[in-house]
Amino acid sequence: MRYSYYPGCTLYNKAKEFDDSLRRSCRVLGIEITELPSWYCCGAAYPQTEDHKIALIAPFRVLAKARLENQDLLTVCSFCYHVLKRVNYAVNRDKEKLDLMNDFLDENYQGDLRIRHLLEILREDFGFDRLQEFKKRDLSRMKIAPYYGCYILRPQEEIGFDSEENPMILNDFLSALEITVVDSANKVECCGSYLVLVNREATSAAVRRIVDGVKRLGAEAIATTCPLCHYNLDRFQAELKKEGLEPIPVFYFTQLLALFLGLERITFTINKIPVEPYLSGKIGNGYQG
Amino acid sequence: MLRLKVWSPLKDRVVEIAGEDLLSCYQCGRCSASCPFAPYMELIPNMVMRAIQLGLEEVLKVNSPWFCATCLTCKVRCPRGIRIPEVMEALREIQLREKKDYLNPLTVDKDLLVDCPPIGVISGFYKYSK
Repeated sequence: MRYSYYPGCTLYNKAKEFDDSLRRSCRVLGIEITELPSWYCCGAAYPQTEDHKIALIAPFRVLAKARLENQDLLTVCSFCYHVLKRVNYAVNRDKEKLDLMNDFLDENYQGDLRIRHLLEILREDFGFDRLQEFKKRDLSRMKIAPYYGCYILRPQEEIGFDSEENPMILNDFLSALEITVVDSANKVECCGSYLVLVNREATSAAVRRIVDGVKRLGAEAIATTCPLCHYNLDRFQAELKKEGLEPIPVFYFTQLLALFLGLERITFTINKIPVEPYLSGKIGNGYQG
Repeated sequence: MLRLKVWSPLKDRVVEIAGEDLLSCYQCGRCSASCPFAPYMELIPNMVMRAIQLGLEEVLKVNSPWFCATCLTCKVRCPRGIRIPEVMEALREIQLREKKDYLNPLTVDKDLLVDCPPIGVISGFYKYSK
């Protein structure tokens, strides 16, 4: 199992611990990943408008360069995954767009790169069942709500990751780690995304709805795949504490995987809601910090 | 048979930018029911659709498109298959292309700029400024 790896900007700074736990887990599992020799920002926003072609250039260049490696491209950031997959879909459906991009960038990309999420690789190429063979820590006392957010799912027709209304891949992944899964309707609800820049109140309310929803069903923590969801959920819970919310920790799914695989020094320095007290209560002395 | 044609330059402009014809909207309201930020909007999404159909230019002055987080929930649930987020983006674009930025970077709370992930900052500025 060999893949090119596109971390994206966010995994290089604000979500370093996402990147670190991913790389180290893959090493243990024998999933060989090689970071692209050179890569650029994907643009983070897919242009919704039909006439705004300039926003396709950055992600198209990423695809064209990645294609030269002759292997599937792994990316886990929801924004990167969303943008790269949609641009790939768009140029595959529209020859004119494809030619325009190739001409402009002097590339010869034919739209034939496969973009894969780590969850897809773990399910399809590696097999969730096989994770059991690598178990080093017992996570079975954890009750965690999977949270997918928007960009990794919608629109299903273009992204093809999982059901846009009732996805199960992260649920199944957590089950494979023997974690008790708290399934909720909130798992596909928007966390506020970039609205955070202009309206804290709306973002805070969205976070509150999600957290209240999963807590009512018994969740003790949240697992996600998106750095912006992670940020909003974590940060606004910390602010909502003043309003009487009892916050719960937020994990990247790769951090849970790394813990399951027995890796040491899995850190949570970006989390505003402390994770360590929860972990030591759940996995006891097995966790060295 | 009497046929009434609504003449709406605004609608034509939205269709041109969004690549989306929204005449088929029949006001079921499912988009608004699904929208997590509808409570903050001066016109909720189905009303925005109607206003554009009727060519009401005032729709460019309401806060609704700026409260769309492009979560795409309305789009996947619309029974008419209208790509509503594209329409919202067209309303933003019409204003941004007239150099009317919604967000001045200097007014963003410092604490947010310091620790918000790049994907949030980049996509936010993409949506709110040119």
